[in-house]
Amino acid sequence: MSKIITTIVILIMCLNPMTAFAAGTEVTSNDLIDKAAEYDGCEVVYAGEIIGDIMARGDYTWINVSDGSNAIGVWVKSSNLQGIDTAGRYNMRGDTVRITGIFYRACAEHGGDLDIHATKIELTENGYAITHTVDPVKVVLSILLLAGAMTCIVIMFKKRKVKKLL
Amino acid sequence: MIKKRVSRLLPICYYIGIVIVGLGIIQYIPLITALIYKEWDIACNFIISSSIALILGGTIILRCGKYRSQKLGWGEGMVVAAGSWFVGMIFCALPYYMSGNYLSYLDCCFDVMSGFTTTGLVLIQDLDHISNGINMWRHLLTFVGGQGMVVLALTFLVKGTNGAYKMYVGEAKDERLMPNAVSTARYIWLISLIYLGIGTIVMWIAGIMAGLSVDRALFQGLWVFMSAWSTGGFAPMSQSVLYYHSSFYEVVTMVFFIIGSFNFALHYAVLTGRRRELVRNIETVSFSVTVTVLTLITTLGLLRLNVYPDAVALFRKGFYQLISGHTTTGFMTIYAKQFYLEWGDVALFSMIIAMMIGASACSTAGGFKGLRVGIIFNAFKKDVKRMVLPESMVSVQKIHHIKDIILEDNVARSALLIVAAYIMTFIFGTLMGMLCGYPFGISAFESASVTGNVGLSIGLTQVSMPAVMKVTYIVIMWLARLEFMSILALGVYFITKVKKRCQRL
Repeated sequence: MSKIITTIVILIMCLNPMTAFAAGTEVTSNDLIDKAAEYDGCEVVYAGEIIGDIMARGDYTWINVSDGSNAIGVWVKSSNLQGIDTAGRYNMRGDTVRITGIFYRACAEHGGDLDIHATKIELTENGYAITHTVDPVKVVLSILLLAGAMTCIVIMFKKRKVKKLL
Repeated sequence: MIKKRVSRLLPICYYIGIVIVGLGIIQYIPLITALIYKEWDIACNFIISSSIALILGGTIILRCGKYRSQKLGWGEGMVVAAGSWFVGMIFCALPYYMSGNYLSYLDCCFDVMSGFTTTGLVLIQDLDHISNGINMWRHLLTFVGGQGMVVLALTFLVKGTNGAYKMYVGEAKDERLMPNAVSTARYIWLISLIYLGIGTIVMWIAGIMAGLSVDRALFQGLWVFMSAWSTGGFAPMSQSVLYYHSSFYEVVTMVFFIIGSFNFALHYAVLTGRRRELVRNIETVSFSVTVTVLTLITTLGLLRLNVYPDAVALFRKGFYQLISGHTTTGFMTIYAKQFYLEWGDVALFSMIIAMMIGASACSTAGGFKGLRVGIIFNAFKKDVKRMVLPESMVSVQKIHHIKDIILEDNVARSALLIVAAYIMTFIFGTLMGMLCGYPFGISAFESASVTGNVGLSIGLTQVSMPAVMKVTYIVIMWLARLEFMSILALGVYFITKVKKRCQRL
């Protein structure tokens, strides 16, 4: 019995690396950068928030998708981006997407970029506006300090004028 | 006869006060940006920070104003330059700290010093979601630092020329384009502002072609140009220039940071019609030779490991990082970790050499400069000639830098001294990295990047790195940017003060 268990364990251990790079493996940006050579040319599934801009280039579009650690460039057919239009910025949380595509360590089509050519893109969470509240104490402090700075500048100019007159 | 006591400290304070006021005034630029984008919280931060700088700077000027006619010595000029950079760092970190994008005030100071010294390493959190106001501030700091903070104050806030040249030299700029330092400083700013206008328009067009919206392309174009021209390395997005996935954008940035890395005296010569200076100048010759040799080494290193699939990729990744490192810019089109995971030792070695050499003297760039490489090479040639040829056949060795200069031993000695200081600083930075537990290769690469004020990272510079490393890097960036002398002068000044205090006690 113990021999059978050992054989099964060994088999699982041997198969694990193969299954890790099989079609549709869920990966993080750190996985893609750290093990770029291993994932090169493989189909991967990568999820994250679209940040910055959605950059249309004819039939295709570049998006940069961040999973919190790094942002990875994704080359996607523009027609596949229907309903995906919000990119993350200061006052916006971008659309969260799940991308299935081929990963390239140094893409020959894109001048050696580390990128994913998406075959499928799913919107998992819509982007939304982020409101940044202003602290009232900060507002009062700003007004007081601004008044102080203006007074200081006025005194400086007056002193200069007096000196010039003397 | 009663000897009038002359204060050395108060005139120094007066000029530092002027720099603080200058830094307070320029905060109105990110303030306006924040107001345009309705970032009210960020706008409040800039009002607070700018007002504090104006009040403190103004008070210092009022208190020390009567000493402004007092002549500044070389030591005092240097202390003003070094002191302004340190005090400036403390003041300019305030908007960063209040923005909530940093974990500590030390991290804010690190980013400010990195901006001022045009290094470009960052500890900011969540860069892809920061406000436009803060982004404007980051790039403005690097633009001001590139031309020089004291140069800025001399240009806009100082009327007389008393002691101006000493402060100007203290900021590691010693070319006199005009009869005096104030008009030279004004000319430096004029050149930079003309390029800023042209560069922003070109980058704007490149941004629109890359697929950015019109307003985003304009602001990002302005920021990326500021950074490229100043050989800074800050970028609005965490992926640096890789973010744009555009070869045109990369080429345009490359052109601007190469132009930005040239000596202001060379710009002046070319703009006044002496175009032959471009091919005759020792700095451009030295730069061309080192770029060619290092490109060959990097290419060999990358080809040996088959890192990139074709020549285009080699150019956009290999050559781009190399030229970005050589001009001490720090823009990247790869991820930091790819350096040590993929590039191999040969290419990394070449990168370290490129970052240490840097670009031109009296420019926005760092490193020990092509001018010194040229001087040392020619001095070496002269010595070899002396040994090999009969004495009667050894002629005077000349170098061409704006005009023909006879290469004397003292010129070669001072060039060697500065290069030695850079190498010792690099060794110290590497050692500190290793003491903090980082491997030799990683420590050496990051230390070369910090010492050369480059900003390319192999992944060591992170928020999680020990505070002692952050402080070490701040000091190295400061030392290297001002080329050691003014900070040594500041150190000596304080030691003398402390000694005097102790004697009185």
